[in-house]
Amino acid sequence: MDIRVRALETLLSRKGYVEPAALDRIVETYEKEVGPHNGARVVARAWTEPDFKAWLLEDATAAIASMGYSGRQGEHMVALENTPQLHHMVVCTLCSCYPWPVLGLPPVWYKSAPYRSRAVLDPRGVLADFGVTLPADTQIKVWDSTAEVRYLVLPMRPAGTEGWNAGRLAAIVTRDSMIGTGVLEANP
Amino acid sequence: MNGLHDMGGMQHYGPVQLEANEPLFHAPWEARAMALTVAMGATGQWNIDQSRSARESLPPREYLNSSYYEIWIRALERLMLARGLVSADELAHGEPLAAAAELKTLKRDSVDAALARGTPADRPVTRPAAFAVGDRVRLRNMQPAGHTRLPRYVRGHVGTIEIVHGVHVYPDTHATIPASDEGHWLYTVRFDARELWGPNADPTVSVSVDAWEPYIERLERA
Repeated sequence: MDIRVRALETLLSRKGYVEPAALDRIVETYEKEVGPHNGARVVARAWTEPDFKAWLLEDATAAIASMGYSGRQGEHMVALENTPQLHHMVVCTLCSCYPWPVLGLPPVWYKSAPYRSRAVLDPRGVLADFGVTLPADTQIKVWDSTAEVRYLVLPMRPAGTEGWNAGRLAAIVTRDSMIGTGVLEANP
Repeated sequence: MNGLHDMGGMQHYGPVQLEANEPLFHAPWEARAMALTVAMGATGQWNIDQSRSARESLPPREYLNSSYYEIWIRALERLMLARGLVSADELAHGEPLAAAAELKTLKRDSVDAALARGTPADRPVTRPAAFAVGDRVRLRNMQPAGHTRLPRYVRGHVGTIEIVHGVHVYPDTHATIPASDEGHWLYTVRFDARELWGPNADPTVSVSVDAWEPYIERLERA
């Protein structure tokens, strides 16, 4: 694949279809700038600012955009709040749809046949693959991202984080917790 | 299309395989593949539904045995070949053999704005929504031969309207060539797991799927 892709890039840039510097900038954006740290900041702010949390749950697209995260594969956002009674999990059974502006590019497992096939069929079994066990009476909602709406899970704030500022809180928010395949601890 | 990509509910793929400290890209070519796909998409020669359709249309064995970014590259080649942007000979030799089409090339200085803008799917509202939150509906038993975003595992099943999103471009006709830009009301429909998977399914589980109005029919009143 390495030779194939190099040859393709050479061909397309010689034909004037792509500019190599633009390709470099796209790679740099997702390697260095856009990633789960963005979503973690959204979550930490929701935990520390009730007005922001209310806005996030009412109009996630606008609330998230106000923090500078918007655009490709996040044009239409919905935030899903986890509670002790309700746990959300997000999948794209048909391909790999994922909220890029807040989580970056999806991990291999999210795009894989095991996750795509089983998340809607056996979410507790999938959670077990992640080492997560929820109480037997917790409701689980699995969201299949079949349209351009992208879902961000707002995980529960763990006990033992009272008084923490947003920066310290953001540092413990994992990518998996914002997909719904992880839960958070104060001291991971 | 009732293709292999429509995986919801399939069994036998095994446990989710997790890689500790998984890198963003497993080889430099993957990063270039991602960037090439995004940059070529930005030329406006196809839309995202057409690109998904191209990926789904790879022969099943190729789809299943290709890594994620391999699928992207194979589909990108097909998208370009179908539009005469490159020829098979050019792909084989890695150099231009014929004049290039006039395309809108994405320049480095435009990348940030393009990524931040994205491609909104919403369209003007020209008629009222047929359904409201709380309505009980059935997802149609339809078997489109072309691209659709109605997974097989919900077809014919009864659910409840959970969210009304607005009018979004309809993928089934946006993916055709030429593309239609028609929009339809988009809803989230929630299904009880027992409705989808039978009475032995986990009663604590529900599955929510985003569905356009043409996928939905009002439940007959008893």
